[in-house]
Amino acid sequence: MNIPIYLDNNATTPMDPRVLEAMLPYFNEKFGNAASRNHAFGWVAEEAVDYAREQVAKLIGASEKEIIFTSGATESDNLAIKGVFEMYKDKGNHIITTVTEHKAVLDACKHVEKLGGKVTYLPVKEDGLVDLAALEAAMTPETILVSIMYGNNEIGVIQPIKEISAIAHKHGALFMTDAVQAVGKIPVDVNADGIDLLALSAHKIYGPKGVGALYVRRKGPRVKVTAQMDGGGHERGMRSGTLNVPGIVGLGKACELCGQEMESEAKRLSALRDKLQSALTVLEESYVNGNVEHRLPHVANISFKYVEGEGLMMAMKDLAVSSGSACTSASLEPSYVLKSLGLSDDLAHSSIRFGLGRFTTEEEVDYAIEVTKKAVTHLRDLSPLWEMFKEGIDLNSIEWAEH
Amino acid sequence: MAYSDKVIDHYTNPRNVGTLDKSSHKVGTGLVGAPECGDVMRLQIQVDDNNVITDAKFKTFGCGSAIASSSLATEWLKGKSIDDAMKIDNMDIVEELALPPVKIHCSVLAEDAIKAAINDFRVKNGLAPIESEKVHH
Repeated sequence: MNIPIYLDNNATTPMDPRVLEAMLPYFNEKFGNAASRNHAFGWVAEEAVDYAREQVAKLIGASEKEIIFTSGATESDNLAIKGVFEMYKDKGNHIITTVTEHKAVLDACKHVEKLGGKVTYLPVKEDGLVDLAALEAAMTPETILVSIMYGNNEIGVIQPIKEISAIAHKHGALFMTDAVQAVGKIPVDVNADGIDLLALSAHKIYGPKGVGALYVRRKGPRVKVTAQMDGGGHERGMRSGTLNVPGIVGLGKACELCGQEMESEAKRLSALRDKLQSALTVLEESYVNGNVEHRLPHVANISFKYVEGEGLMMAMKDLAVSSGSACTSASLEPSYVLKSLGLSDDLAHSSIRFGLGRFTTEEEVDYAIEVTKKAVTHLRDLSPLWEMFKEGIDLNSIEWAEH
Repeated sequence: MAYSDKVIDHYTNPRNVGTLDKSSHKVGTGLVGAPECGDVMRLQIQVDDNNVITDAKFKTFGCGSAIASSSLATEWLKGKSIDDAMKIDNMDIVEELALPPVKIHCSVLAEDAIKAAINDFRVKNGLAPIESEKVHH
């Protein structure tokens, strides 16, 4: 067992050696530009890209012509949202999203607002799921796009995608989803799920950083997005720029492996996750954040009341995890995702996200349980709030001086 | 972000963790910060008849720097007269622990806790609280 133990697989994943192996020839030996149509170097590169396109498409039930390669999910999100807004501006100017989206979606939406668009940021329920009635009520004849993430990066909740897309379509809007955390982890099918645009990233699925894709539906309806970068008109004119052939090969291989191993891997990871979660929620005053039924198999976000997340992580230095506490940020604001579940700031500050992955072993999970339990106990011994709680003092009865 | 060795030392082996009898008139208690902000410090001093701090204890809810700042403060307080304790400046703590700019608020909180504990002691013993002239941002 190697220390520190990596349990932050929602942030990024280590590359699978099989992915690396597939990529290597495309750095030197097969270095051609996939757009070079008139010689063998170009043909080899183009063939590799075409094959990767099929691998990606297959994982999400799409056709290869519907895959646009990008530099990652941030670019895919931006291209989808800004590109749809620009392309469909004659039809309407309203976009609906949720408050728990990734910043790439939220900030692309804010950009659209600056361009004169209207955006509705739907709140979520206490368990992190979208209220379908609220979505229905927010739809207007001007609504051109509903953008709601598939699985949440902080708490792992899976949105009711089929129901959401049905509502969007009923009102004549397109449905886009940031599926970065879901693709390759749970079955995603663009047709069964009614998805018109989908953003995905290689480095969350054991592929390389710096490459991702945007799925753009071609049939029923044929969706178009306005390019956000000018250039050589690659990727059906939607995304110019010489293709990152090794990265794309890696993304393709990563998708193929996920397709083969996802089912058994999801079972294995959810068993390990459940073990971790049950062992840690035995601790007094610990709470799982977000819906536990509709949740990605590898994530558990737990708040340990009366200890502060960053301080806790320091005691867990042998574990690489992340916290909803934002003690390091100038604003001192804890996670906006946790706050939007209605969590009080102190509980949001007390949260730790455990993200398991393909290379996580049971031995590592057992070790993580031990380390976390010890750290929580150590921090509670130091915590005046824990002492007050134990003495039966209501913390809300104290007049705190906010600083 | 990497912590300094001194922060790690105080965090791993915090000095003077504990609770003094807050009802005693020889004990001053300062409770500062707020759970919503992710930092709460409770600092207590035991003062003898010569106005010398003979014991100091703390408990802190917060990040490693907050814990280290309060641990260090208790070390510095022991043996000091309350007048000298009043002179402890947050920047002394910043310097000793090599706190980065984003963690300066932790030292500010520790200074506030010291002053709050001293004033609690003063009020209990019929003295007026000392107003801090320093304005923190």
